[in-house]
Amino acid sequence: MSTAIGMASRRVQARTRGGSLGLLRSTGIAGLVSAAVIAVATVLAVFGPLVAPYNPDLPSLGQAFIGPTGAHILGFDFEGRDVLSRLLAGAQSSMIGPLAVVAGAMALGTLIAVVTAWRQGPVDTVVSSGLDILFAFPGILLAVLAAAIFGAGLTAASVALAIAYMPYVARVLRGAALRERGQPYVAALEVQGASGTSICLRHIIPNMLPLIVAQATIMFGWAMVDLAAISFLGLGVQPPTPNWGVMISENEPGILQGYPLPALAAGLCIVGVVIAFNVLGERLFEQAQAASR
Amino acid sequence: MSGGSRLNSLPDRGAPSEGQAVTVPAGGEPLLSVKNLTVLLPVETRERAVLRDVCLDISAGEAVGLVGESGSGKSMTARAIDRLLPKGAQVQGQIRFAGSDVTGLAGSQLRAYRNRVAMIFQDPRAHVNPVRRIGDFMTEALRTNLGVSGTDASRQAADMLSQVGIEDAQRRLHQYPHELSGGMLQRVMIAAALLTEPALLLADEPTTALDVTTQAEVMAILDELRGRYGLAMLFITHDLELAAAICDRTIVMYAGQVVEVRRSELLHSDPLHPYTAALAAARPDIGQKAARLRAIPGRPLSAFEAPATECAFAPRCRFAEDACREAVPPLIELDGGLSRCVRVTELRGQLEAAHA
Amino acid sequence: MRWRFLARRLLMLIASLLIASFVIFGALYLAPGNPISALSGGRALPSASLRVLEARYHLNQPFFAQYWYWLENALHGNLGISITLQENVSSVIAARMWTTGGLVLYASLIILVFGIGSGVIAALRPGVADTSVLVSTSISAALPSFVAAIVLITVFSVKLGWFPALGNGTGFWSSVRHFTLPAIALAISSLAIVARVTRAAVREEADREHVQTAISRGIPMRQVVRRHILRNAAIPITTVSGITIASLIAVAAVVETAFSLNGLGAYLVQAAESKDLAVVQGISLVLVTAFVLINAVVDVLYAVLDPRVALGSRAQ
Repeated sequence: MSTAIGMASRRVQARTRGGSLGLLRSTGIAGLVSAAVIAVATVLAVFGPLVAPYNPDLPSLGQAFIGPTGAHILGFDFEGRDVLSRLLAGAQSSMIGPLAVVAGAMALGTLIAVVTAWRQGPVDTVVSSGLDILFAFPGILLAVLAAAIFGAGLTAASVALAIAYMPYVARVLRGAALRERGQPYVAALEVQGASGTSICLRHIIPNMLPLIVAQATIMFGWAMVDLAAISFLGLGVQPPTPNWGVMISENEPGILQGYPLPALAAGLCIVGVVIAFNVLGERLFEQAQAASR
Repeated sequence: MSGGSRLNSLPDRGAPSEGQAVTVPAGGEPLLSVKNLTVLLPVETRERAVLRDVCLDISAGEAVGLVGESGSGKSMTARAIDRLLPKGAQVQGQIRFAGSDVTGLAGSQLRAYRNRVAMIFQDPRAHVNPVRRIGDFMTEALRTNLGVSGTDASRQAADMLSQVGIEDAQRRLHQYPHELSGGMLQRVMIAAALLTEPALLLADEPTTALDVTTQAEVMAILDELRGRYGLAMLFITHDLELAAAICDRTIVMYAGQVVEVRRSELLHSDPLHPYTAALAAARPDIGQKAARLRAIPGRPLSAFEAPATECAFAPRCRFAEDACREAVPPLIELDGGLSRCVRVTELRGQLEAAHA
Repeated sequence: MRWRFLARRLLMLIASLLIASFVIFGALYLAPGNPISALSGGRALPSASLRVLEARYHLNQPFFAQYWYWLENALHGNLGISITLQENVSSVIAARMWTTGGLVLYASLIILVFGIGSGVIAALRPGVADTSVLVSTSISAALPSFVAAIVLITVFSVKLGWFPALGNGTGFWSSVRHFTLPAIALAISSLAIVARVTRAAVREEADREHVQTAISRGIPMRQVVRRHILRNAAIPITTVSGITIASLIAVAAVVETAFSLNGLGAYLVQAAESKDLAVVQGISLVLVTAFVLINAVVDVLYAVLDPRVALGSRAQ
């Protein structure tokens, strides 16, 4: 009977052998570069405002849209603020929203997936049908609705997106949870008297961890795009808080006047970080699928 | 190698017909003639031989079995004959059908050749398009290549379905593949193959994926139709018994090479190669008790693992001597058969006893 | 057998719409304060207007009765009155529907033609065509529509002057010119996804055994490609195209805002900003309905294309 535990722990060990560094190394060059970009963005999210060379919040209208100079490599935005400083400071609000969305959607989605996969039967059918129906709400639409009710802001938008993403997470993870549920070691543990909760928490979820991490990574990219879009629309992060999405919309008039740099620079930041998350997420996904075979 | 008492349910083969000699038929060239066929495939950036120096002949109306384990090259031989090799394959040697060379055909000539040679495959469910109806599948070649009208083609298809033992043909023609069982689907595939009235049927393990009872039925149908239409057939299988049951001659392949060609009824009583003897011995006899199942020591070699400097079977052969390791043995003609064993003349007679 | 599938799908469609409409309606009560303040968007209204609102929304009745009245009105085309514009929400929607519809249609055409087209070409002609499609889709897949919008405006409108940057245009051809950049911005990342899925699906089908059967029977290659490879690959291609097009409906709001088009999405955003709840509810209902309908059509198409589908939905 201890073979069941042995089997289960071997599975978990096999996954975590080499630790997270080993996992990262196996994602190849593209994965490593992406991880580096993400690391930089994270550091900026924490220390951005401190690293910025100039005050990102002080408007100086006389300098609006002046192009790059020696001291200000990216020039000035529509209110005369240094673009580079705005970008560095904007990392914070641009990254924290997606983090909240991913945390919420993954937590809820994992819970629902594991519970429905464990219980199966009518609970599973009802919840699954419910989730299928919830797919009717595109994330942005729900966020707009939330903004109309609760007022524009990052919190409302993040919560709305988390709710909108959750059915997708639940569906993807439910498949994996069902597969784990069907493994022989689970039956062995049940026979030994282990409770459903402990099996789920100590064995099923840890074995799903590669997939969860991969899904979370990819989802961060999607959340970032959606939240930046919502901020672009004016319903997310509110000015004057620096934010990449807001920077695009507030500097858009500059494009028509021949000063595209502030808006484009903000766009580039978004795209760069999103690509990094996509690439890393896809690599992690491949690994997770290979490991589960 | 599987075995079994399926033989009891198969029709009596009877003696080979008059005038049907074994290697070179009297009265002209054989229908299919393969000489020194070597096929190279790119395997992990290197060129590897998957078939070496394969020679075989099939006369019109003759049934020839092609037996071997996985990796022996039997499927590859059939694909080479039907020009279905994967991209990048290099073909050396000669394949002649009805007197003309086949390896260089292209375009409409290749399609005309494919009308005269039909192939049926191992897994019918994978080989039939799941989104098209059975009638569409069966009549496609007739309508496209032979210009037969839709209604005529359907009529012929329905007729052929009843010949393979499927009743209610009209309804079946309108069904989709997933609505039919594996055995029925295989019969459909056989029926479809025969609609274009080919001269040669290549059957690549047509019954391996089926259960035993269905196997027997499909074999019976194949045998009957072959007789009725006078088809030549190359029957590929890993089962020595099965091949012997409906084929006049049997060819045994190992590691991409032909190692024996023999009249089927003599294959057990008087084999000409230690590998054949060992294969036959490995089949458990239902009447006997044995403490251990007889197996051939070692594992079967794939064609591209076979050495070019010695007999491929030597490492596993209980009769191997130094002479066997000096060079690749040539095919030796003997008693109406062929053998790739240098010691065949002295070993004859002992091979049968080896598995007693 | 297929009828059971269709019936079940229809049931799910209606359930989705009911639940979505319920959520949209219920938003009224989720708002801080009471429904009156939510409907008036925090504005101070004369008591006569307040009484009109009360009567129209049956606010003195139980919750479900209110929902029922609201839904009934909606089905009859009466979606309430916009606080900010003092107009019927339905007439506002009707006026702007064609902008959004045209934009989504234009973008869908781009996705279908260039997405599926390049995917098929990349799959059937390996080599330069394949590599260039792979590279370009990798880049464009990561371009969110609003970033694509500003890039397109910068390059094609300001620098090259080929297309106008903002506004709807008047008349057919002018509108087409005005809508081209927005449609491209809307389509570009979806196009990449569709192209990749198409390429993968066609390559996978080309490797299948039933294709070998067709070739072994001497069917000409062109016909094999058409009747066996593409026909079978159409199943996943249709599915992914359908759900990508459905998702355009929500993202159109972003593109409309970026290009100052007066579509439903742009107005939805403005209404949300000014807390004009009736408008938000009305437009949300229309957009969600369109989204759900398109998804249902995709499911039905899937069942039509794949005879193996019996009872489950494409999701299973």
